[in-house]
Amino acid sequence: MKLRVRYSKRGKVRFVSHRDGARLWERALRRVGFPVATTNGFTPRPKLGFGLALPTGAESVAEYIDIDLVAGSTLDMADPDVARSLSDALPMGMDVLVLAERESVTGSLQDDVTSTTWELTGPGLAPELLEPAIQRVLAADELLVERERKGQRRTDDVRPLIRDLHLDASTDAVVAELVTVGRALRPSELAGALAPHVDPLDVRVLRTHQWIEHDGRRREVLPLPDAVDALERGLSA
Amino acid sequence: MTSLWPQIEPLLPRVQKPARYIGCEDGIGDPRHGDGKVAWLLAYPDTYEVGLPNQGLQILYEILNERPDAVAERTYAPWTDLEAELRGAGLPLFSVDTHRSAADFDILAFNLSAELVFTNVLNMVDLAGSPVRAADRTVDDLLVIVGGHAAFNPEPLADFVDAAVLGEGEEVVGEITDVVHRWIAGGRRDRTTLLRELAQVPGVYVPAMYEVSYAEPLGDGSVDGRQGHITAIEPRYRDVPATVDKRTVADLGDWPYPKSPLAPLTEVVHDRLSVEVFRGCTRGCRFCQAGMITRPVRERPADQVRTMVADGLARTGYDEVSLTSLSTADFSDIEPVIRGVLDDRRAAAPVGPDGEPMGCDTTINLPSLRVDAFTVGLAGEVNSGRRSGLTFAPEAGTWRLRTVINKLIVEDDLYGAVESAFSQGWTRMKLYFLIGLPTETDDDTLGIAELARRCVEIGRRHTDRASVTVSVGGFVPKPHTPFQWFGQNTDAEFRRKVDLLREATRRMHGVNLKWHDPAASTAEGVASRGDRRVGRVIERVWREGGTFQEWGEHFDLRRWEAAFEAEGLSLEWYVHRHRTVDEVLPWAHLTAGLHPDFLWDDWQAALAESGVEDCRWTPCYDCGVCTGYGIEHVVASPVPPAGGSQGTGQDLTRGAELSVPVPVPEPVPVSVLKSVGRRPAADDTLLAAAPAPTSGSVT
Repeated sequence: MKLRVRYSKRGKVRFVSHRDGARLWERALRRVGFPVATTNGFTPRPKLGFGLALPTGAESVAEYIDIDLVAGSTLDMADPDVARSLSDALPMGMDVLVLAERESVTGSLQDDVTSTTWELTGPGLAPELLEPAIQRVLAADELLVERERKGQRRTDDVRPLIRDLHLDASTDAVVAELVTVGRALRPSELAGALAPHVDPLDVRVLRTHQWIEHDGRRREVLPLPDAVDALERGLSA
Repeated sequence: MTSLWPQIEPLLPRVQKPARYIGCEDGIGDPRHGDGKVAWLLAYPDTYEVGLPNQGLQILYEILNERPDAVAERTYAPWTDLEAELRGAGLPLFSVDTHRSAADFDILAFNLSAELVFTNVLNMVDLAGSPVRAADRTVDDLLVIVGGHAAFNPEPLADFVDAAVLGEGEEVVGEITDVVHRWIAGGRRDRTTLLRELAQVPGVYVPAMYEVSYAEPLGDGSVDGRQGHITAIEPRYRDVPATVDKRTVADLGDWPYPKSPLAPLTEVVHDRLSVEVFRGCTRGCRFCQAGMITRPVRERPADQVRTMVADGLARTGYDEVSLTSLSTADFSDIEPVIRGVLDDRRAAAPVGPDGEPMGCDTTINLPSLRVDAFTVGLAGEVNSGRRSGLTFAPEAGTWRLRTVINKLIVEDDLYGAVESAFSQGWTRMKLYFLIGLPTETDDDTLGIAELARRCVEIGRRHTDRASVTVSVGGFVPKPHTPFQWFGQNTDAEFRRKVDLLREATRRMHGVNLKWHDPAASTAEGVASRGDRRVGRVIERVWREGGTFQEWGEHFDLRRWEAAFEAEGLSLEWYVHRHRTVDEVLPWAHLTAGLHPDFLWDDWQAALAESGVEDCRWTPCYDCGVCTGYGIEHVVASPVPPAGGSQGTGQDLTRGAELSVPVPVPEPVPVSVLKSVGRRPAADDTLLAAAPAPTSGSVT
């Protein structure tokens, strides 16, 4: 049996790095006693698949992990205690939102996810300044951003990476859907392009969705049940 | 009494590894302040990664939080980037549990595992908002306490701490809580009353309650060898004890802590469960302060070890456990405990579709292993998967020098262990040695290289990949050990010996040499055996920016030398001078229970190359601890463990001989040795005879 879990990372744990997150999951899964499959080889590791790394400091209500269970073993997914016990074994601020069975043919998160949606908030991100900046970006054919990758500075046109950009009417947050394929645009880089006067380190970032686009159809990896969604929106407001 | 988190949070995106400052570990308590509780802020004066795994701190955290009249939180030294952010924002040192200001606590208690952290202690007290000098603190300031191994000579910190605790903290923290509780209930009247009451608690040393006198310069202005020496250390009040004794928990079985071990959210230096299997060690290694100050041996009951391992693994989700002690292979029930732990894991694991337990692979770590074949066998039992590296600490390169330091590993044991390890599939071995030990000659130093070469030779019979890493550190004499009178090698002498080894191992295929920075050993020597006057040097080093002195990128010996110069003190006098039997040592009024006569006699026995045996299994030689404190060894087995030879009453007269042939060494070209020996040979035998007083001056 293969599992796919959608979970949140909110509050103080946002400062835990992606790499540390992997170790956390291994400990949590051992604590709840899930029959996790392991890799073969000299030093067997649990078979876990992590999605696109969340920048350290960013929050999320759309993180994913794939967990392979030992062949032949099953979990009662309908039992709410299963997800709850896993949430309890994770640190405060990390909670299981959706626990689902994953088809064997499903591709990896890294390969399948095509875009992610972010909310950007913070001091200095005033709507009256952002609205014109957003309109400029959307109207432009190209958006050149100088950035560093693997120690090299280079200028890229990031306009094609921006699928959607708008202000949320109720929260005034900048909502951006960014393409993850290729040399992805980081939310902090987008913030810098939109509001050069704001220190990107002061921008609060929340990942709200991860999307898979296939044959022209876009769907969320695992949509939140309405009740969970409402609760999470309440928390993020 | 509110959380500073809203102010701290915006700083964290600006610093390296911010997860160090968020707390949120698995296993933390729910510290509730108020109701007249005495609030302890337990501090580790180094980074979170180094401090979080510290078991002493975790134990006291739990014991204090179990008390209805106390609350405890934790703090670690913020790295330099966060310190700058905090100071820039006008924010204080904070707890990682609830992110409270240090000023919201009553007590700031440091665990001192090493001496080079002393400047960090000052920095953290300052960051906490209290005056750095104890004399400047008022009733509203923190009570600053230190404990841990390096607190056995707290004199260099005497001006900065209010109290030092000697020995084990389990019981004494409650007694300190009682005193502070009464003082607070009584309206926090003057601080001296509090300090004087604390000084009555056994194991608690209050430096301000003692007067230290020094020899004055001679009347004609000339100096002699005595000038600057301590002449007396006396209590200022009649109700203050003349000598402060260490605290010792009689039965480790009464203290099954930590019950709720902390598992951090970010990587730390020991990222696994730790269960302490015994305290104390009577192997009697003369350089080893830990072995001297933690006597007697007290084993934890084997079934309790099993329970603590099973519970700890289930609570934390770790799949790796360290069974800790000063020499874990000496634990009486080590083999049944290992088997039991593995059985428990299988029993607790979920059963797979094939009916077999799943995910129960557990790694058992056995740190501080003795050097013998039995030990290698144990390591093989617990380490079926990964057989990459094995670590041993012969400490000295020749049998002669090992008799001086009383690390009585006979050559047969050593090569037997090596043979056993390589034959069982290990390919790499790490060997720890000290250089600068008393009576060391260049033959002893080069013996390290020779020993490593032989190990590789043995390994090559089993695998072409056999390699040996030799790690050498400069010996720093420690208080309360037989070597406390020994003048530490100079920085230059350490470097000369390292150069000898570099030259000797350069062409040795499969031998890698690593060495600890000799300059850091010099600074460690200052802090280890310094007196109260050295506090001025420590304060100056701190004020000049010298924090994180255990970290190579922050350490610069010139800063210490400049501070000595500025304070008119002599580094040479404190570090490199041999002490005499009649000298009043700075820690003369503090004791770990060891008779001064025993220590001196053991020092003389060392110089005579005469070993002592392990008193767990051989008759008592009266070091003073058990008789003085009315406690005794708690050891399950009446006989020494199988295999080990060290100090167990066997014939050691043939310790240097080999029963199995080891390949004849290739002759080392004499010219090579000469070319690196820059100093006359006489210097290398500095201490072949009893140490003579050297003159020095302190102004």
